[in-house]
Amino acid sequence: MFAALHASGNFVLLLACAEHFSPLIEELPPDTVVFDIRGLRLIFGNPREIAAEIHRRVGIPANVAIASNPDAAVHAARGIAGVTVIAPRQEAATLAPLPLYLLGGSPEFAHTMEAWGLRTFGELAALPPRGVAARLGEEGVLFQRLARGEQNRLLRVRGEELQFQEELELESPVDLLEPLLFLLSGMLQELCARLQSHSLATNEVRVWLTLERAPEHSTVLSLPVPMLDPKVLLKLLHLEWSSRPPQAAVEKIRMELVPVETRALQHGLYVPSSPEPEKLEVTLARIRNLVGAKNVGSPALLDTHRPDSFRMTPLRGSSELALVVPRMVLRRFRPPYSAQVWCTGVGQPVRIVSSQGEWRVTACAGPWFTSGDWWMGDSWDREEWDVEISERGIFRLHQHRDSKRWFVEGSYD
Amino acid sequence: MVALASVLRASDLKRSFESLSFTWGEIPRGALTEIAGPASSGRTAFLCSILAAASAQQEFCALIDTQDTFDPASAAHAGVGLSQILWVRCGGNVEHALKVTDWLAQGGGFGLVALDLGDTPMKIAHHIPLAAWFRLRQAAANTKTALVSLAQRVHAPSCSALKIELSRNRVTWRGRGPGRLLEGFTVTAAHVKDHRRHEVPVALQR
Repeated sequence: MFAALHASGNFVLLLACAEHFSPLIEELPPDTVVFDIRGLRLIFGNPREIAAEIHRRVGIPANVAIASNPDAAVHAARGIAGVTVIAPRQEAATLAPLPLYLLGGSPEFAHTMEAWGLRTFGELAALPPRGVAARLGEEGVLFQRLARGEQNRLLRVRGEELQFQEELELESPVDLLEPLLFLLSGMLQELCARLQSHSLATNEVRVWLTLERAPEHSTVLSLPVPMLDPKVLLKLLHLEWSSRPPQAAVEKIRMELVPVETRALQHGLYVPSSPEPEKLEVTLARIRNLVGAKNVGSPALLDTHRPDSFRMTPLRGSSELALVVPRMVLRRFRPPYSAQVWCTGVGQPVRIVSSQGEWRVTACAGPWFTSGDWWMGDSWDREEWDVEISERGIFRLHQHRDSKRWFVEGSYD
Repeated sequence: MVALASVLRASDLKRSFESLSFTWGEIPRGALTEIAGPASSGRTAFLCSILAAASAQQEFCALIDTQDTFDPASAAHAGVGLSQILWVRCGGNVEHALKVTDWLAQGGGFGLVALDLGDTPMKIAHHIPLAAWFRLRQAAANTKTALVSLAQRVHAPSCSALKIELSRNRVTWRGRGPGRLLEGFTVTAAHVKDHRRHEVPVALQR
């Protein structure tokens, strides 16, 4: 069921009245709104009682019409004064006396109707549909269905851009983090409640702090998953500002949460548990504060032969499967130890002196040459050796072929 | 020597860490496991083998790398699913490493949290108070997280549920002169179970 409200010159009031009853509203400015009233029967009663409630709520002289489709309700509200409730399958009879100009349409259509001597909905509705289609085409068929009250369609709901912003101007500047967080807590709770009422969450928090005699301090928290818990968001802001606090007292706070769809996740019975995203994000923020953001993440190998090439990526997890094979693994020394290496006549290392001590090589393998990126500025060209130091272990050495300098790169373990 | 090398090559999969009774499935959850051994004793290979097994089962794992020695390329070669691994590099700060381990163990959801103290100087690692180890054990208790520490020696025998000690036996080379290849080495892995010490030789290939 749909309700239409029509009054001249009071469109804002009509809209406010419609918003009280339904979020699904089609605006037909400047004088009509139509909205979905399905489900209101449980609250207000039958359609006549709903219509009476709408009429009472609007507070100005307005026409109210209820019908089973939006167009029939709109035409009835525009053409019949007061409250009209059209029972199902009574649309044609109710709309029949209405003048044809209410249908709108092109000037050619209006001219044709006038030439044919048709003046009301009922007269157009009575024409044979085939003849209308043959003479007036699709437009004629559509208007005849509208005149009969048979045209059903979805509402063209207004595309309102939802914004979740809060602003707070402080009477006296705040220079401590604790009272600032207390104020933010209230703003976050308000914004999260508004997001929740729209079944939304956020994946980005933006905060702008206007400072006393200092440039604006802006903070953007990008979240890996949509969240809606104000406590978690407050904790993340706390951790962010612990490492990067505002440089002066705060005079004004502006906050925006970017709305996104909420997270829906179906866990499998046999899938191992994974860290709870909200809790993990807070923990990662604490770790980033402690060891630095560049030192936390999931390693991803780069597509190059350059030694020790990787980048840190956010922890996502994936379903990649690999063969588990026990292999010796390199433990890298970062940065590699600079060393002095004595070699035999054929170039095999026999003695190594580095900051770690003096070692005698008992066995070695090599040399293995590797080079690359010679077409770029940061090329590498080196020879590698695997050496066994009897008491210490097995190490990898390399020598830069340009500078002839030796380094202990790591140990096999 | 050659015969031994060929035997190791032929049977390396059978005589791998999987042949031990303490493979990933046997690493106790909600408790502390200590892996100890000197450099080149296969302790990192053992840690990577359990990281690989855990990541293959879609478990999220965390590696707290105290001295920043983890090499993602060779870990991936050993089968570790890097996208399942949270790698925290602590730049040599043991205090940070212990704190991060505590947070991650308490947070829950990780199948394995590993603290790598393998290249931390002995005198520093030895000065970690026993209370810190008990705190870590307490953080992991009643969770599904297996807490594993890797060091040069066992530091907290009284609060670890499983202790695995590794030592290097023999290095295997192939060929002579230029182009000679380091093929692998054998290690002995020992653990104490039911008051009995079990020792198993394991071959590690390149």
